[in-house]
Amino acid sequence: MEEINIGDYSLLGKSIPRIDAYEKVTGEAKYAADIELPGMLWCKILRSPLPHAKILNIDISRAKRLTGVKAVCTAKDFKGFRWGWMPITRDEPPLAEDKVRFYGEGVAAVAAIDEETAEEALELIKVDYEELPGVFDPEEALKEGAPVVHDYRPNNISWEFHMDFGDVEKGFKEADLVREDRFATGRVITGFLEPPAAIALWNSSGITIWAAKQSPYFVYRHLAQCFNLPLNKIRVIQPFVGGGFGGTKNDSVAGDFCSVLFSKMTGRPVKFVYKMEEVFLTCRRRHNAIIYNKMGMKKDGTITAMQSRLIADGGAYTAIGPLTMYLTGCISTLPYKLPNFKHDAYRVFTNNPVGAAMRGHGVTHTRFAAEIQMDMMAEELGLDPMEIRLKNAIEAPYETINKVTIFSCGLKDGLLKLKEHPLWKERKKENKDKETISGVGISGVAYLGGARQRGYQSCAAVLRLCEDGTVEYLTGATDAGQGSDTVLTQIVAEELGLSIDHVDIQRVDTAYTPCDAGSYGSRVTALAGEAAMKAAKDLKRQLAEYAAKEWNVSSEDIVFKNNKVYPKHMPDKAIPFRKLAQIACYSGVGAVIIGRGYSQYGIEPYDFEKGIGNAGTAYSFTSQLTRVEVDKETGFTKCTDMIIAHDCGKPLNPGLVESQNQGASVQGLGQAIYEEFVMDRGRTLNANLADYKMPTAVDAPNIEVIHILTDDPKVPYGAKEASEGAIVSSPPSVISAIHDATGIWFKELPVTPEKIALALREKKKE
Amino acid sequence: MEKKEIRFKINGEDTVISIKPNKTLLEMIREDLKLTGTKEACDHGECGACTVLINGVPVNSCLVLAMEAHGKEILTIEGLKQDDRLDPIQEAFIQNTGMQCGFCTPGMIMSTKALLNRNPKPNDDEIKEAIAGNLCRCTGYTKIFESIKDASSKIGGK
Repeated sequence: MEEINIGDYSLLGKSIPRIDAYEKVTGEAKYAADIELPGMLWCKILRSPLPHAKILNIDISRAKRLTGVKAVCTAKDFKGFRWGWMPITRDEPPLAEDKVRFYGEGVAAVAAIDEETAEEALELIKVDYEELPGVFDPEEALKEGAPVVHDYRPNNISWEFHMDFGDVEKGFKEADLVREDRFATGRVITGFLEPPAAIALWNSSGITIWAAKQSPYFVYRHLAQCFNLPLNKIRVIQPFVGGGFGGTKNDSVAGDFCSVLFSKMTGRPVKFVYKMEEVFLTCRRRHNAIIYNKMGMKKDGTITAMQSRLIADGGAYTAIGPLTMYLTGCISTLPYKLPNFKHDAYRVFTNNPVGAAMRGHGVTHTRFAAEIQMDMMAEELGLDPMEIRLKNAIEAPYETINKVTIFSCGLKDGLLKLKEHPLWKERKKENKDKETISGVGISGVAYLGGARQRGYQSCAAVLRLCEDGTVEYLTGATDAGQGSDTVLTQIVAEELGLSIDHVDIQRVDTAYTPCDAGSYGSRVTALAGEAAMKAAKDLKRQLAEYAAKEWNVSSEDIVFKNNKVYPKHMPDKAIPFRKLAQIACYSGVGAVIIGRGYSQYGIEPYDFEKGIGNAGTAYSFTSQLTRVEVDKETGFTKCTDMIIAHDCGKPLNPGLVESQNQGASVQGLGQAIYEEFVMDRGRTLNANLADYKMPTAVDAPNIEVIHILTDDPKVPYGAKEASEGAIVSSPPSVISAIHDATGIWFKELPVTPEKIALALREKKKE
Repeated sequence: MEKKEIRFKINGEDTVISIKPNKTLLEMIREDLKLTGTKEACDHGECGACTVLINGVPVNSCLVLAMEAHGKEILTIEGLKQDDRLDPIQEAFIQNTGMQCGFCTPGMIMSTKALLNRNPKPNDDEIKEAIAGNLCRCTGYTKIFESIKDASSKIGGK
């Protein structure tokens, strides 16, 4: 088993196999779509064939008469309910009300005895539309006279966010070189394999829903609001989750609301499972963004100022977009020293599917622009891309101009490791054959972990001691695949000195588990980890009091280790943990031993209007080398190697940290060279996995992960985030490698073979 | 549509079932036989999550009609474990963290099973080729390659 010494621990720092691995390799693991209830109905949603249209009339009478159809609903049945991330941005109805705003938006839904009948019934619903002129490009949408998507935002600006620190004009004056470029990031989707699904039941106890969510407490609140029920009547039960990556599974989908409503209407359980085509046509995707970036640099490579203007395609609704805009700017002041910074971000409504969170949220756009521009300027000034990063890299402790505070930073260490790596050192020596040219690129980025979210920060752990010395662990945190259940269990077992199999973590059930914001913003290890640690210490403290009485020593001198308990310096007196549990549980006072803990990292405020302060608890630093081979004729690019030097502080489970980095970097590779929705007036033309190309096993490079150890006092056991950095570092390092191979800078993602082949042909002509 | 009776062996068990001829093998496995370990993701043969073996050959069960199973031997993820003993492939995926969310895992393991049955000592390219039709969004594939190599070394005796 792989092991990294991160301190005097039995379990932390070890690549313990995932605690859910057995269920996953045997097929036992139940996901939402695997659950069936007797008498269950199927819910299907009728989707708009137009991107922007008034709904004049919906005739559901024929569908209702079809044998096997039990209920049909439209927006009217939701009585004006709309949801959104902030009270002032609640603009999205479960089904379109007076007009549809994007192609594929739900307009009506059917519940029937089986999937086939439900699908047949959809064809019998007649909707009369009056098509409206649509707007599909965010820059077009900003122009005077552009079609208006929402009346409450007549200029189509869904959200704007501005930062202004130092004096950028002064900074540009001080520079020897100033560059302005236009960059663009692509239209991509999270790409989880498990489509959204849920099975809902409404009865006298309220609502119970088994739903595929990475943030079950979001849909919990949405359902309470939508159906006007108290929260203790909403029970969201989280099955295994087949991938999340932000956006859709952080949020509610039309199917959630419709299946609950149908259960209320029919008294029967109602299930929905989206088709992959529905996922691609209608689910949340990453905002695609245009970034006008301006950077000033001295001859020696020192960055004097940066100014970014970002225009993001928000699609038809606000969703979590305000946070996206915040994240495009708030850590642009990392990981390089930046004395002057101005940022203007505009999220723009269009008649496209909704832009929302995705792994690397917000940061990926602006960091891509800044990294590539920095490389371009280094090239103009004749500076080495490695040296320019080393020169500007921050070192801890550090405070940025917008008061982001850094207590640990492994960026320089990582870059120095990469500088000595054979892939970097020998990059110029390679023999390039006639057909392909190779190149190596570099990037260095920061990402926030333990994200703080306004009003949704609660995060706690409850441990219940069983009389045989085993422990039930309740947490509101969700493992969407990243492995947090394993890491959190490691933490509890470590603190109690137990083997990992003595602690049983429960998946979220809002009837029992403590409220939590779920998996996003790389927050689980930092925040739920802190709660777990504190709960275990609380349980241990109570048990130690019983032990202290037995031995007549101070409770602080009780040691918990290897499933045993003993007074400090007297290991020969050890009794099994099980025995102490029995003593405590049978003590006769009637007490049940429960350990409780909650995270307090999230309470420090930050200024969401101006971009001041820490939106994260601690910050990871990732530097990356990428090697590509480019076919000179076809432009086909094969990524052969990635070396990721990752500072997640202390890796609590190194295998899981590596896997997170590997997965994120390949997802980033997809964004860099493969993935892109092809759109025609709001319609997604490649809404399937054959035409929307995600990297396969054949496309995956060799990936080496180098752990850069740092010690951050802000997070439990010094563990920072370990998944989002590499999706931010991947695209710029890939594009920098393509430049190294071809001599051409590409500023718009994805860099497809066509773009490369065309650019190479142009270059030849010159 | 009139149901038809078919007979086949699934995970070693003789089975007789009446089934609508337009049902896919995937639908029969999940809905009629309640073997939900086999996953439905794309339903178009593009992701490999529904991979099962028919007479040892891996197929996307969403693209095959249930009727095709008649007279054949089907193996799904539930059939790999023998008397509570995991298949060495399952063991290797556990030990090498060859999964994250686990949704692609049953299909990934079945493709691996077919590969190692016909070629117990595959090289790197053969491994990549064998799972090229199985998408994984979580792992970046590295730990899956390591799992397959480990399984191969255990099965092949190295």
